[in-house]
Amino acid sequence: MSFSTLALVSPESSSAVALAEPPPPITVAARPSSTPTLRIRPTKGWASLNLRELWSYRDLLWILVERNIKVIYKQTALGMGWVALQPLIAAIILAVVFGRVAKLPSDGVPYLLFVFCGLTAWRYFSETAQRSNSSLVNNAQLVSKVYFPRMLIPLSHTFSTLVDFTVMLIMLFVFMAVYRVPPTLRLAAIPGFLFLTAMGATGIALWFSALSVKYRDCNYALPWFLQIWMYASPVVYPTSMIVSPRWQSLFALNPVVGLVEGFRWSVLGRSALNPTIFWITVAMSLLILFSGAFFFRRVERDFADII
Amino acid sequence: MSDVALSAENLSKSFRIAHQRDGLPGYKTLHDELVTLPRRLLARLKGNGRSISETFWALKDVSFDVKKGEALGIIGSNGAGKSTLLKILNRITEPTTGAVDIYGRAGALLEVGTGFHPELTGRENIFLNGAILGMTRAEIKRKFDEIVAFAEIEKFLDTPVKRYSSGMYVRLAFAVAAHLDPEILLIDEVLAVGDAEFQKKCLEKMENVVTKEGRTVIFVSHDMDAVCHLCSRCLLLQHGEIAKIGPTGDVVAAYLGGEQEQVPEIDFAPIDSDATLSFAGLYNPQGQATTSFSATDAILLKCSFALRRQIEGLQLSFSVFNFKGDRIFYSPISMAKPAILVEAAGQYHIAALIPGCLLLPGRYSISLGLHTPKTKLYDLRKQALGFRIIASVLDRYDGFAGDELGQIFADVKWSRTDEHNRRSSRRSDAAILTTPR
Repeated sequence: MSFSTLALVSPESSSAVALAEPPPPITVAARPSSTPTLRIRPTKGWASLNLRELWSYRDLLWILVERNIKVIYKQTALGMGWVALQPLIAAIILAVVFGRVAKLPSDGVPYLLFVFCGLTAWRYFSETAQRSNSSLVNNAQLVSKVYFPRMLIPLSHTFSTLVDFTVMLIMLFVFMAVYRVPPTLRLAAIPGFLFLTAMGATGIALWFSALSVKYRDCNYALPWFLQIWMYASPVVYPTSMIVSPRWQSLFALNPVVGLVEGFRWSVLGRSALNPTIFWITVAMSLLILFSGAFFFRRVERDFADII
Repeated sequence: MSDVALSAENLSKSFRIAHQRDGLPGYKTLHDELVTLPRRLLARLKGNGRSISETFWALKDVSFDVKKGEALGIIGSNGAGKSTLLKILNRITEPTTGAVDIYGRAGALLEVGTGFHPELTGRENIFLNGAILGMTRAEIKRKFDEIVAFAEIEKFLDTPVKRYSSGMYVRLAFAVAAHLDPEILLIDEVLAVGDAEFQKKCLEKMENVVTKEGRTVIFVSHDMDAVCHLCSRCLLLQHGEIAKIGPTGDVVAAYLGGEQEQVPEIDFAPIDSDATLSFAGLYNPQGQATTSFSATDAILLKCSFALRRQIEGLQLSFSVFNFKGDRIFYSPISMAKPAILVEAAGQYHIAALIPGCLLLPGRYSISLGLHTPKTKLYDLRKQALGFRIIASVLDRYDGFAGDELGQIFADVKWSRTDEHNRRSSRRSDAAILTTPR
């Protein structure tokens, strides 16, 4: 093997002359006066969210989001067609089973439109939770090899599922046109409800992705949990089926209630949404998001050891 | 401004090893946790909860400093804690106790290809991998052409990497990693991949990083050759503790030689063989048994052995190895002039004189063997004796220890020539050759 002669006359080389002398004792130099760029200390208990660091890694976040989007329907014949096809088939099945056969009420809106509107909000929520759930485990190689805020991995799914959401939203507008539902100014509230949904979904995603690092049970439990959750939320039926406002408020402790009703309010103009339900939903979404984030930060430090 | 790039103080890392508890599997499921929760709480209250798990210290009280522009090697056998240490420095895992201060931007060059996605194209993976290693998008864009050129994959930029040959894959991965330029570079076993030519390319690139760009490097490796070439200082970990820290040559020798005390004379434990070595010793020109020699000293190796029966073609031989375990030379008794026959049964006492001005300053070891060439090995004593050649000005050897400047002591005679004329210079060459030392 040839090595450049430059290497041989470098200061590093000459220090090896000390071979003949006894090795220096292990000493730690006096604390340097300058402040370190990075301090590594063991941490205990609850950790701060460190949003500043999260922000500094935003480039990586976008690249991860890009990766998620590019990879998901690679090497499929339909490609992005699946994004449209999946919810469409789901909506048709639900419309046949619950609209035609079970004849569930739909606030006077055509049932297919009603259920598709609910699904738009619900699927964004559940897809985000589901894809993030095993995301850390799927990226175990990364987690155990490279440092970056681990939260980026589940967080990237919050953003990448926006693609699916957008496709569904466009389909929803098509349905509105087909059923001749006139658009109103309330449509402007959609981004607001989307933001709320994203918060709640991210919270769930953080909880489950962190838990699934230690307990792989989550991979099996979450799909069931989400299935049950969907029927516990007003996706295939309206909240107005619950007549008493007090029970409605209790029902709204499930944040998905307010989110789905919020979408129906913006799109269809008919909804059980009221200020009480709205504020309960905001509070619950924030609670889930922050509890998830703090829980994540607390267990994050052990990820590399146990993943 | 201080010249310390990284300082670690009393780093320790412990893991809990869970033992199987009454038939429960070691792998945890949520169900197990919930079912055993009351029992564990009870055990904790009683104060014997500790019996369930055992604490294992992967690192114990590790303190060291790395100066700016220095290359520190971390060596040790598997499980000594090297990777754990690097993981702590990389912030992948937290220390249990202790502290690290890092002055400057640190970056890691870990297993090549970490974070590559097989479905993405080469172009997309450059961005993905670069971002994972800590580069910003703008940085990657700036270095993109350089990376592609280094990896030699221009034609396949838009092909998914799963269709790459393994060579292309590794080249691309290393190219991305190699273009990361933090002030402090943490490197783990990257040389373990690729063919010999690629390894050489990697090594040269890293050498560049260390020597020309003057960056601080922490290098974890099993490859002693690479460690010796890249690092001036080394840290040897044993069972999670620093066994030795100092100049690379010393530390590597300690690691390879198991740091046995060097003794000039050794009586071998007898073995059941028809030919066995019983004694070996090293002596200086004054006849004293010693393990330190000056570079100009001749070294006298004496050894004794016994043959139980006549063995046709038996050879006594020895080899000298340097601190890295490379064989410097081999010498069998068949080279003796006049010939020495050691075939008949009986006791033998043999001496071999290793000439002076042969070995460079550094540590060496000697292995001795009795064998019939290509047929049978009767006795082999690996690293039976160790010795060191001490550098001294009197030797007129103005070089460095280790093998950086070669493998042998070349006793070259230098002189001035009077003329440039080829014929006369030939005459003066002859004069030099005949000049007595």
